[in-house]
Amino acid sequence: MTRFRVLGIIALITGLLLAYFVWSTEANPTSPYRFKFGLDLAGGTELVYKADMKDTPVEERAAALSALQGVIERRVNRFGVAEPFVQTERASALSGSTEDRLIVGLPGVTDVEAAVVALGQTPTLEFKLATTSTSLGQATSSMGFISTGLTGRYLSSATLQFGSGATAGLSAPVVIINFDSEGATLFEKITRENVGQTLAIFLDGQLIQQPVIQEAIAGGQASISGGFTAIEARNLVNNLNFGALPVPISRQSSSSIGPTLGAVAIEASVMAGLIGFVIIALFMIVWYRLPGVVSVVALAEYLVFMLAVIKLIPITLTASGIAGLIITLGMAVDANVLIFERTKEELRERKSPREAVRIGFSRAWPAIRDGHFTMLISGTILYWLGSSIVEGFALVFILGTLASFISAVSVSRVYLLALVPEEGKGRWHFLLGSGIKNV
Amino acid sequence: MTITKYRTLIFWLTGVILAAAVSAIVFYGLPRGIDFTGGSLMQVSYPEGRPPLADIQKQVAEVPLGAVSVRESGDNAVVIRTRTMTPEEHSMMLKVLSQGVAITELAYTSVGPTFGSQFATKALWALLAVAFAIALYVAFAFRKVSRPVPSWVYGIVVILMLVHDLIVPAGFYALLAHFTGAEVDALFITALLALLGYSVNDTIVVFDRVREHLVHNEKSNVKEEFELTVGKSISETLTRSVNTSLTVVLALVALVFFGAEATRNFALVMLVGVVAGTYSSVLVAAPLLVPFARWYVKK
Repeated sequence: MTRFRVLGIIALITGLLLAYFVWSTEANPTSPYRFKFGLDLAGGTELVYKADMKDTPVEERAAALSALQGVIERRVNRFGVAEPFVQTERASALSGSTEDRLIVGLPGVTDVEAAVVALGQTPTLEFKLATTSTSLGQATSSMGFISTGLTGRYLSSATLQFGSGATAGLSAPVVIINFDSEGATLFEKITRENVGQTLAIFLDGQLIQQPVIQEAIAGGQASISGGFTAIEARNLVNNLNFGALPVPISRQSSSSIGPTLGAVAIEASVMAGLIGFVIIALFMIVWYRLPGVVSVVALAEYLVFMLAVIKLIPITLTASGIAGLIITLGMAVDANVLIFERTKEELRERKSPREAVRIGFSRAWPAIRDGHFTMLISGTILYWLGSSIVEGFALVFILGTLASFISAVSVSRVYLLALVPEEGKGRWHFLLGSGIKNV
Repeated sequence: MTITKYRTLIFWLTGVILAAAVSAIVFYGLPRGIDFTGGSLMQVSYPEGRPPLADIQKQVAEVPLGAVSVRESGDNAVVIRTRTMTPEEHSMMLKVLSQGVAITELAYTSVGPTFGSQFATKALWALLAVAFAIALYVAFAFRKVSRPVPSWVYGIVVILMLVHDLIVPAGFYALLAHFTGAEVDALFITALLALLGYSVNDTIVVFDRVREHLVHNEKSNVKEEFELTVGKSISETLTRSVNTSLTVVLALVALVFFGAEATRNFALVMLVGVVAGTYSSVLVAAPLLVPFARWYVKK
């Protein structure tokens, strides 16, 4: 009994702490743990592109996809929206053929077509001369760049090599740039005229590298070395090669939700959740009396636990995710109902209240286990299905099933065993009874 | 008091309900939304009041898109569904709609045709995979009870109930779609898949009781008619089944009446599915074991 009282108090305090965490992180507008709402609730645009990999060898596809992500991310960042995201997705085995997708989310952007146009632009690769020489080792803040006319149009390929350069025996990564014949002529002219100057490389208007011209270069091949790691060099090569998109992409779907629609949806979902909770709580208390009260506390803990997990992972809340939460709330009650009904049966057989509670839990266990397990199976397969709207639901559903499991078999049990005495008189029979009449 | 006595009546009733649901699906059909077929869906609101639908249709017809459906949505909005629009067509559509009246585009979704058909294949696979995995698990969980019916029969009955529990809400959705213009979308599939998990849970609780009685009877050498065992199990779990469904129903009713517009149909389908699921697990699933047992003993 004492053990359960201690555990009960710990469970209660944990619940309160979780509730405080949920409340305080939400009240603080700068907290990193605020709820993240999906585009359907917060408003914004989602674009799904398919990467056409049919001309890309299988072993290079992963690299091509991440290069693609890099290119698109740079373009998205030019948008200047808060928290844009670019995700890659390999279609699950369920659909048969594998397919590589790129999902772009632009919160707050509602003009789909403008977004599409901006993302679809061919990127620019430019070589520019720095107006201030950095050869003295002093870069001034007002450094400017002049266009040289040499752009990605003249690039034929870029490759990565490891030269055994002067750097202390270690093979330093060297990026080799090959120009086409026209570019080679131009490049030779530029380098001859500007030895010692910085020839900066810009991609999509962003400064990528600024190598210093050592000598006039003929033959249309340039090398950039020094100052970067092998990984940086590889990225640079990818960026140069894939300055244009590494693989062709085509838009598969796009959707945008206006901010008003989303705000209404959040409000309505929260309202529905609160009302649902209150109705269920009233029903449980009226019908199941003391265990009902216990289950409501356990349910409230279940709810704050879920909210805390959603904040911590974090899971982006969508309308379907909130619906999933409300449904698992209903299901979390089920385990409690199973246990209480079982307890009542034991009481009818003249067991002592505490004994009845204990047996009630162990008898209800197989049904709770099998039931939750099958829900987990369908939740997992749903998640596997992978479409974003289903995913939002499935993730909450899976977590909700797990949490309901814990809440019912541990939290409710601890509370009841902490409250119900070994030997009880009629009062306890009433409190553990249910329905309109007594057991 | 045994429900098993009335099982013939119950089976007939179930047959009638299923027939009604199937004919609703056959006659009205389940219109597939753009998640499946590809296409574009625009939701446009008129802050200053919605013009007559015929006027909007006339405006929409100025964009050469072929068949376009325009439906009213809420008090002052419309939903326009077309084939997959190009960006130019979308801008043009916005332009013609805003002729002489202020509009706000609430939402715009566009799904390419191939993407849509892939979703349908995936959804179908997921449904089959869920059903199969659940049947396997049930057969496994009931492996210790093999008399009078082998454990895989429990798995099969669970699957039969799954079929029932999906057809009934699907039939309901066919009716809903016919009268409100709702379409089968990703959320509808989500609802069906969630129902799979829920309905099995319900059936398992009843079966679990049958299992418990069978194991107990075997241990204490009690001979009991299988029909009696099943009937006892049903009445013992009845309160629990009803109460559980009631709480889920309450949560769903809250979602229907107070929830977001976007999840309303979802909640309605779930509601019908939960009621159908409770009905089938209490009144159909366990009684169905009895004829199976008869047939098995005869063999």
